[in-house]
Order: sequence, then C-alpha cells, then structure tokens
Amino acid sequence: MASNNGPEWKPVREEIAAVFEQVLGHPVQITDQTDIVEDLGLDSLGVMNFVMAIEDFYDISIPLDRIAQVQTVGDLIQAVEQLRSGVPA
Amino acid sequence: MTILAKYASFKLAYDALRGHGVDPFNVRFDSVLSPTEGILNGRRMILLGTNNYLGLTFDPDCIAKAVEATTRQGTGTTGSRIANGSYDGHLRLERRLAEFYGRKHAMVFSTGYQANLGVLSTLVGRGDHLMLDADSHASIYDGSRLGGAEVIRFRHNSPDDLYKRLRRLAGSPGERLIVVEGIYSMLGDTAPLKEIAAVKRETGAYLLVDEAHSLGVLGAKGRGAAEAAAVEEDVDFIVGTFSKSLGSVGGFCVSDTADFDIMRVVCRPYMFTASLPPGIIASTLEALHKLETEPRLRASLMRNAKRLHDGLGALGFTTGPQANPIVAVVMPDQEIAVTFWKMLLESGLYLNLALPPATPSNAPLLRTSVSAAHTTKQIDAALEIFAHVGSELQCLPSDRRRAGGVV
Repeated sequence: MASNNGPEWKPVREEIAAVFEQVLGHPVQITDQTDIVEDLGLDSLGVMNFVMAIEDFYDISIPLDRIAQVQTVGDLIQAVEQLRSGVPA
Repeated sequence: MTILAKYASFKLAYDALRGHGVDPFNVRFDSVLSPTEGILNGRRMILLGTNNYLGLTFDPDCIAKAVEATTRQGTGTTGSRIANGSYDGHLRLERRLAEFYGRKHAMVFSTGYQANLGVLSTLVGRGDHLMLDADSHASIYDGSRLGGAEVIRFRHNSPDDLYKRLRRLAGSPGERLIVVEGIYSMLGDTAPLKEIAAVKRETGAYLLVDEAHSLGVLGAKGRGAAEAAAVEEDVDFIVGTFSKSLGSVGGFCVSDTADFDIMRVVCRPYMFTASLPPGIIASTLEALHKLETEPRLRASLMRNAKRLHDGLGALGFTTGPQANPIVAVVMPDQEIAVTFWKMLLESGLYLNLALPPATPSNAPLLRTSVSAAHTTKQIDAALEIFAHVGSELQCLPSDRRRAGGVV
C-alpha cells in the first residue's frame, strides 16, 4: 500500500502511537514504515486488542479484509483515514 | 525449499513442541473401547476430551439402526443430493430436526464445519455485514471469507461492543447478520443471548446461533443455549452438528425463513459434496430420539460437569467461568502446559491440549469435555490425577500463585 509521510497524517500517527503505548504499556517510536507485527512484536491476540483499541478511539470498525491488508503503520493510517471519511472499504 | 516453505515458522513451533517427546495434535489410539475409555500406547485411558456429551457413540440402539440402514441401503451415497438425489433418511432427518426445533425448515450438511461454511457464505454476501464474536470457531471465520460479506468482529460476549459496531453501520446498505455460539468451545462459556437478542431487535439485524456444543446440553428440551435463555423467537437461524451430542458426523441448519429451500441450489458447500451415508443418518435419527426421550442423559452430563468443574476449582486450578460440559484449566505457560498434558497422558487421562492462537487469551489450556457416560468414579479418578500432576509440577496455588487471574 502507498506510504504517505505528509504533514496531514501527523496527528493520526501521533494518536496511533498513543494507542500503541496504551496497549503495550511502554513508549514506542513509530514511523509509517514501522511493521506492526515484525517491529512491535505483537502476536495475533495483541494485534486484535490493538485494532479494537484503535477502532474505539476513532469510533470506526475496520473490516477483517481491511485488517489483513494492514502491515505497516502507514497502511493503518490510510485505512483509518479512509474509514473516517466514509470511503467504502 | 519446497512449496510448503511458507509454513517454516509453524514447523519450527511444531518441532519444538514435539521436542518434548509428545505430539498433542497426532494422538494415535490403539483402540477406543467406549464413550469414556480407550487404549493408548497399550495403556487404558479415561477419555475426557472427546465432546461425546451424551455418550451415545456406543449406544446399542444407535448402532443397530446404523447397521440396519447400511445393510439395507449401502455404505454411501457416492455423491451429492443434487446429483444423486436424496434418500428417505435425509428427508426424515430434516423433518425431525425441524420438528425438534419447532421450525418450518431444516437442511442437513455433511459436516458441522460445512454447515457453517455453507450457511454463512449463502446468507450474506458482497454488500452485507457479518458481525462475528471475536472468539468464533474456525468454521465461522472460514464461512465468513467464502461469502464476500464485510466481516466485523466484536469483543467476545460483549453485547455493548456489538451494539456499538452495529450503530456505526447505521445508514449503510446491506443486511446485518450476527453470529454467536451457544457454548464456546475453548472455555465452555455461554453467550449472553438475552442481551444479544435485544441488540438484534433494536438494530434490525438477523441472528444466527451455532449450538454445536450446546445441542443436547442446554435447555429443558436440550435444544441448546437459545432455549435455555428463552430467546428462540429472536434467533433466525440455528446451526449445529451431529458429531458431538449425537455421536455421529454431519451438520444442520434450521429456520423459519421463507424461501429457505433456495439454499439447496445456491449453497455450494451443500451442493458440491457427498451427502451423509444411510448408516450415519440412521444413527443420528436414533440419537436425536434418545436426546428427546431420555432427559436423564442431560442430568448425568451436568452432574458430571459440575463435579469436575467444582473439583478442579477446589484443587485450586483456574477454570472457565461456568460449569458446562467443557471445562478448561488455564495453564501458566506453554512449557508447563505441555509437560502437564504429557504427565496426564502417562497417568491414564486423555484430554485436549489447546495452545495459542487457538485459545481465547494467550494462555494455554488443558481442555476437558465431560460425558453423561462418565461414572462418578471416573470423574474422581480424573480429579485425583489432576491433583497428583499439579502437585508434581508445583502449579497448584499452595505451591505457586501463578495461574490466577489469567482468564
């Protein structure tokens, strides 16, 4: 999925980092290229808990097929942005 | 490198597990003697992990019916019902299931897995929304992928989270189908069906309940969790299996939905697989008759379940929240879980070792399932073995306070 490091994504990235910290219980350094499973060491249950926390934070539901496409933080930001703006999944 | 090289990480984990000298996913019984006993490596075992809830696998009447039907109609149907036609037994079993549930329609599948695969993928498709409990069985997840509906998971047993997610969908087109299980297969906990039915009514969604582990187990008539919670009217589709309380193999769906029979020509997991053989149909019919006419089976089952659940709790083990026929013991870590399981086996007790990610939390489980056919003596023997191994491994609370609070 295309990566975008533009300034308009900055707030979402910071919000996602805050949710990560809340789920993991320690501070994390993330960029759009950060791999959620490989770099942050989340197992499948950790990923699910993290996704549910993100969903609650933004009041969205990320359908399962969209979650499957998310590998990096950049992918996640894109998914969140699209779902918030009502772009069909 | 082979075409299977992509599974290298699975292989590594599996090899590490087998390094303990056991293979929990490839147990080979020399023979199975009864619903509660088998021979493994020359040793007589108590079977405490085979989902044989009513203990009907060796019922003489069920066996006699299967033999008679096999003798009369042959060993198999050699094809699907759309190609080779339905036998009298298929139709009779469908009528009996519909009667049993008080529904207009019933459809029989060749396995419980295929029932979920077929029903879920047919009821909802592209543009529809499928709301799954996060702890759903693999057959539900697989069925959700086959149909192309948008799949949204809600937190396990949380009607509030379900409601929130349905609310987020407000205004978007397409049907909504909520899927829950009567009893969840790993921890033996039941779905809060009253609250889920209320969410369903408020949001105009359809509700499907998988009663695989609750048919013959819950409810005054043994119809399952929806009967026990008095919400059958709110349940649009019930899916279940013959392979647990009915002691054979196969799956079904019952419903009052108009046009139900159109499923027979659009539901691929029904259409493109061989139908159940006459012997299986005959023993299932007889087992359903027993389920209905012998409520003492259910009473024995629940008595055994309570005895095991309470006994394990008294020993200090962490178990699931309810005394249902599935009783899961939470293990502190994989190392202890595998060693514990191996020692139980060596002491003559067979049950299931369930490891993450197949378990709902990250904790490994020793999963037991109780049968109506277990004697009190067998349940007590199992508890004694648990106590012995638990103290050998120092994982009872008096030895070590590690198992608490995991669930």
